[in-house]
Formats: sequence, structure tokens, C-alpha cells
Amino acid sequence: MPAPAASLQHPKNNYKKDQESAMTPNDIESICKHPDFQQLVRRKQRLNWSLTLAMLVIYYGFVLLVAFSPSTLGQSLSGGVTSVGMLVGVVIVLLSFALTGIYVYRANNVLDPLNDKVRQECVQ
Amino acid sequence: MKSLFALLLPGLMISDLALAADAGSRPLNWNAIGMFLLFVLFTLGITRWAARRTRSASDFYTAGGGLTGFQNGLAIAGDMISAASFLGISAMMFLNGYDGLLYALGVLAGWPIILFLIAERLRNLGKYTFADVVSYRLAQTPVRLTSAFGTLTVALMYLVAQMVGAGKLIELLFGISYLYAVMLVGVLMVFYVTFGGMLATTWVQIIKAVLLLSGTTFMALMVLRHFGYSTEAMFAGAAAVHTKGQAIMAPGGLLSNPIDAISLGLGMMFGTAGLPHILMRFFTVSDAKEARKSVFYATGFIGYFYLLLIVVGFGAIVMVGTEPAYRDASGAIIGGGNMIAVHLAQAVGGNLFLGFISAVAFATILAVVAGLALSGASAVSHDLYACVVRKGKATEQEEMRVSRIATLAIGVLAIILGLLFESQNIAFLSGLVLAIAASVNFPVLFLSMFWKGLTTRGAVAGSLAGLVSAIALLVLSPAVWVNVLHFDKALFPYNNPALFSMSLAFLGAWVFSVTDRSPQATQERGRYLAQFIRSMTGIGAAGASKH
Repeated sequence: MPAPAASLQHPKNNYKKDQESAMTPNDIESICKHPDFQQLVRRKQRLNWSLTLAMLVIYYGFVLLVAFSPSTLGQSLSGGVTSVGMLVGVVIVLLSFALTGIYVYRANNVLDPLNDKVRQECVQ
Repeated sequence: MKSLFALLLPGLMISDLALAADAGSRPLNWNAIGMFLLFVLFTLGITRWAARRTRSASDFYTAGGGLTGFQNGLAIAGDMISAASFLGISAMMFLNGYDGLLYALGVLAGWPIILFLIAERLRNLGKYTFADVVSYRLAQTPVRLTSAFGTLTVALMYLVAQMVGAGKLIELLFGISYLYAVMLVGVLMVFYVTFGGMLATTWVQIIKAVLLLSGTTFMALMVLRHFGYSTEAMFAGAAAVHTKGQAIMAPGGLLSNPIDAISLGLGMMFGTAGLPHILMRFFTVSDAKEARKSVFYATGFIGYFYLLLIVVGFGAIVMVGTEPAYRDASGAIIGGGNMIAVHLAQAVGGNLFLGFISAVAFATILAVVAGLALSGASAVSHDLYACVVRKGKATEQEEMRVSRIATLAIGVLAIILGLLFESQNIAFLSGLVLAIAASVNFPVLFLSMFWKGLTTRGAVAGSLAGLVSAIALLVLSPAVWVNVLHFDKALFPYNNPALFSMSLAFLGAWVFSVTDRSPQATQERGRYLAQFIRSMTGIGAAGASKH
């Protein structure tokens, strides 16, 4: 890669220069303006932040329930000994797994093809 | 050096057994020792195989970057399902019932967040250590120094906690003295890491994860069979014999204070995302896609393991708690509360399975300390030596030599600290580590990837603010100020500092960044766009797999 490319990283980052194909300022501008890149960023961020929010709501909802209303979790589930809280615990484990599953599915099937397209169109 | 170790190792183990037999305080558990020796021989074979394949720095730090998402997922799960969670959480469920689940869920809930926000960007930006990512567009020397300091603090403290736990556990399981147990762990750890690097460390972790997952599955199945495959019958049986009765099915006093509850939750969730040996695992896969898959598998394995622990913990209330053979004359559980899972192993599978579970518990500790030692060593060799001292002019051979010396030094230090801290409370040390990791490493790592405005000054200030406040608040908390230092009243009312120390770290990084008007800061902000493109698309990312 030509010398100007290195200026995009920190001047003291000599260590990295030989390992990476760096981008020129023109590259950066063209990638940023590329509609596919903009779409990729929009979709990726929407997916990331909505799932993050979902997980935070699930977990901290549970924590607040534990802190403020433990008796709710202690109720019998269906007349037996098994409590509502036990079911909630299992559901949180399953939801965590399901959310990561949704993410991986969406990322592999929607975002990765778009990402490959951006890479192909922007890096010759 | 190699031949020295080869001589030292068998010698140590023979003298170990001989001494323990002389001591005679507790009968040697030959099943466990036999199976453990088998495990050690097998993993040493792997280390030998890995040593032949470990030639470049990339091999040493990241196993050549060629692991699949599934393999790496198992290794990550192995790092999380440590002896502490296997023995500790099942013991907590045995004692308090539902409260044990709260800890398990906190650790688990962190994984999806790590996947959504961190895993892929980390893989796209970094090479060997998370300091690569933080220093990507910032000044190398100050950022690497603070990151390496954070890594070493967390890795060493975590090592001490594991060493103390290992020593106590091995003393009980194998009848070996504490001194020899700690030395055995230290020597094997150094051996795996110096010769086999990340490749050996990872495979030891994968094998152990498979052994622990299958062993626990067997235990849970046997417990369920005992109760006619009905969890309702199991819970009913547990509630009937437990002194707390029906109350074990609901949260007790563990998280009754909302501030403490949220603070603990934050610490567990984001502490995991700041543990250097976990972050390092994202560099062992070829690209962001495999990094993503590894978290998916890891979350599955960790979740599955915790579900099994519910069965193990509640089953033990009946199958171990009501069995007089597992209690001593005064009615306490033989070997202490942490031995519940081990006793249950004997209850469901006899002495042979007891030996198996004991050996797996030991193997678990070995695998986790090896990963910790490697992450500490890489902070010394890659961040401090190669990037700060030699300014990137060190050859790979020099860098690897330094990391091997660092591993040896860390091993010696861990053994000495393990002996010094013998009587310290392990739970306290582990909590300290997660709170520090969440406050020192996570905020700066997060901001470096998500906030354009972060400057070198802000990053350093944020790390230091997190480190100082986490330690200070912990010392002033009831857990230390009252229980350890024996003052009357704690100066800080909460036991979990993460909520406050994380906020301070973010605040420190923000204030010192926005007030930074130097030309260097302007340049650093200007480089964010290139970093953002790379973190999003992987364009220009170092492909570790091509080695």
C-alpha cells in the first residue's frame, strides 16, 4: 500500500502498517457515500440496538422484579410446588439463546450478503 | 528450559503423592488421581502437538486464528463454566434455593450483549489483544500502558482467586497438601502456555468443557431418574426436606436492595465483556462471522449448563442433604458447602464417577488459569514490550520469547500470591475482579468503538477513574470495611460498586475527551471514520487465518 494510506491511522501505529491494507481518504469518502454501505450501517445498527434493548429489558425487568416484588416470583405456577420464578428463570435462559439465534440468522442471511457486496464494490 | 520442565514435573507429582500419603490426614482418592493423571498426560500430549505447530506470534497468541466458531464457542463456554460456577452455584442452590439462579442468569445475560455490541467489531479491529482495538486511532504508548495495566490487574487477581480455590479443592478431593496443589497448578499452567501457546490452551479448554458438560448432563439425568423424570416431584421433594421449606422456590434476601441488585447485575453483565482472557478468544477465529457463531454456541452451552445446575442443586437438597453419610458429627456437610456437587456425583454414580467429577473439577481450574496466564503474558509481550518498549520494531521471535518469560514470571507470582492469600475469601476476590473488569476495561473499549469523540487523554482518564473508584468503593463497602477490616460502619453502603465505578469511568472518559482541544485530539477524532468503516465491514481487517 502507498505511503499516504498510513496517515489514516495514528502516526505512531507503525506496527500495524505492514499488516493491513489501509484506506486512502478518497476510499473512505466513496465508501461512506455508497448507498449499500449506508444501508448496511442502518440495518446493522437497528438490529444491534433493538436486540440489545430487548435483552436489557428482559434481564433488568427480572432484576427489578426480584428486588421489588419477590413474592410474585414465589407464587405457585399451577397449584404445585414449582414456582413462577423457576419458569421465568428458564424462559430467560431460552430467550437469551433465542435472541442470539435471531441475530446470527439475520446477520448471516441479510447483513453478510450486503456486507460482501459493499466489500466487492469498494475494494478492488 | 523444556528439559528442565520435563524433569521437574513428574518429580513434583511423585513427591506430591508420597508426601500426601505420609500426611495421611485424608485418604487418597485413587480413582480421581488416576483419571486426573490420564487427563494431564493427554493434555501434555496436546501441548507437544501444539508446540510443534506454534511458530509465529499469531500461532502463539491466537492459535493461528483458524478455529471454527463451534470450537471457539466451546472454549468460551469452558472459560465461563469454571469450577467456581460448577461448585459454587450448585452449593448456593443447595443452601438458598432460587437465589443461586440469580448469579447464573447475570453471567448468562451478558453474552447476548457481547454478541450484539462487541464481538464482531472486536474481531474486525483487533489482532492479539483488546488494547489493539482501544489504541487503533489513539496514541500507542499511554493507551497500551493503561490497557496492559488493567489486563494485568484483572488477570492476576482472577488468577489468585482461582489458585486459592484450586488449592482448597485439590486438598479436599485428592488429599494433597495446599502447598503442593498450588504448585502443581502453577507448573502445569506455565507448561501449557509456554510450549503450546493459545492452541494448547484452547484445546485443553475445549476438552474440559466437553468433559464437564457431559459429566453434568449425566448427573442431571440420574437425578431426574431418581424423581421419575418429574421436575415437580424434585422441587416438591426439595421443599419438603429443606429447612427453608417452600421459600427455596422464590428469591430470598440476596438482592433485596434495588441499587445493589442493579449494580451487581451491571458488574456481572459488563465484567464479562472486560475480562481479557475472554476478549482474547475473539481473535482466535478467522473473521467476524466465526466470532458471531462462537458467541451463539457459547450462549447455548452456558445456558444449557446452568439449566442442568438447577437440577443438580435442587436434586442435591434431597439426595445429599438427607443422607447422613455426607455429614460429619456436627451435621455439617463434609468438606464444606462447596462440595455438594462432588457428593452428589458419588450419590448418583459411585466412587468411579466421583473420581471422574473430581478430576474434571481440577481440569477446569487448570484450563481457566492457563487462559488467564496467556492473556496476562500477551499484555506484557505484545502491549508493553513490542508496542511500547520496542515501538513495534521487535521481531516475532523476540516477542514470543518475552511472552514465554512473562508466562513463567506470572506463574511464579501466581503461586506465591496463592500461598499468601490462602485464607482470603475467594468469593470476594472474584467479585472484585468482575467489578474492576467492568469499570477499567469495558467503558474505554466501548467508547473507543462507538464514540467518535474519544481521545487518548479521555481513554487514559476513563481507565484510571474506573480502576481507582472500583477499588476504593470496594474497600469502603460493608464487605471489606466491616467484615474484613472490622470497622463499625461502612463508608459506602453497597457491596457492588459497578454501577458507580462504571459511571465514573464513562464520565471521566467523556469529560477529559470533550475538553481536549489539542491538535492531536482533532486528528484522533478525524480517524474515527476509517475505524468505523472497518469495524462495520471488516475491510482491511487483519486476516489472522492466512498464516
